[in-house]
Amino acid sequence: MKISIQINEGPYQHQASDTAYQFAKAAIAKGHEIFRVFFYHDGVDNASRFTIPPQDDRNVVNQWAELDIKNADGEPELVVCVAAALRRGMLDEGEASKNGIDGNNIHPAFRISGLGQLIEAGIQSDRLVVFGD
Amino acid sequence: MLHTVNKSSFERNSLQSCLNTIDDSSVILLIEDGVISAAKNTKSPMLADLAAQGRVFALQGDVEARGISSKVADNIKLVDYAGFVDLVVEHGTAVSWL
Repeated sequence: MKISIQINEGPYQHQASDTAYQFAKAAIAKGHEIFRVFFYHDGVDNASRFTIPPQDDRNVVNQWAELDIKNADGEPELVVCVAAALRRGMLDEGEASKNGIDGNNIHPAFRISGLGQLIEAGIQSDRLVVFGD
Repeated sequence: MLHTVNKSSFERNSLQSCLNTIDDSSVILLIEDGVISAAKNTKSPMLADLAAQGRVFALQGDVEARGISSKVADNIKLVDYAGFVDLVVEHGTAVSWL
């Protein structure tokens, strides 16, 4: 079955990103396809490549990155909402140069895109499961 | 339909909103702080009715993390993440009460 996930909460706040990750891992282990994970609202903070949690703690960003969810064209399907990201200072190279900012912080396993990607995930997938606060 | 509730009923009224809305074929999965409502002494009468019909589940890891394993009502079924996935697959649309 094709399953997509929406995450509305940042890492290390409550539990949404952890629950979503464990759910995604279990779904993949059962042979389901994770079509897309859409990071919305504060959920965009799950995509920062600058997070440095203590060594004895899980690295939420790297955990998502290691799931390596990609489409047939090899593009990441860990998708970060562009409007939510820009508001919160989350930028990829393209958005940084477009806005004249001298750095970028989106992990390469993620990509920035628009809200249409969430709607498309809802249409293309058999299930859409929302995690948040 | 599958309804997930992730907040304690002491913190938010999302469980009650869910119970007020739910139809006869839906099931509830308590996750994260929502599992607090699975404890015997915190259960609402409406949740107890649904549990008696075998329509209430709780995420085992979250129950254990909160130290309430011995207090979970007998007719609330514990599931792991694989069980969570099965519930999503079996019950069609998943509604998250956030």
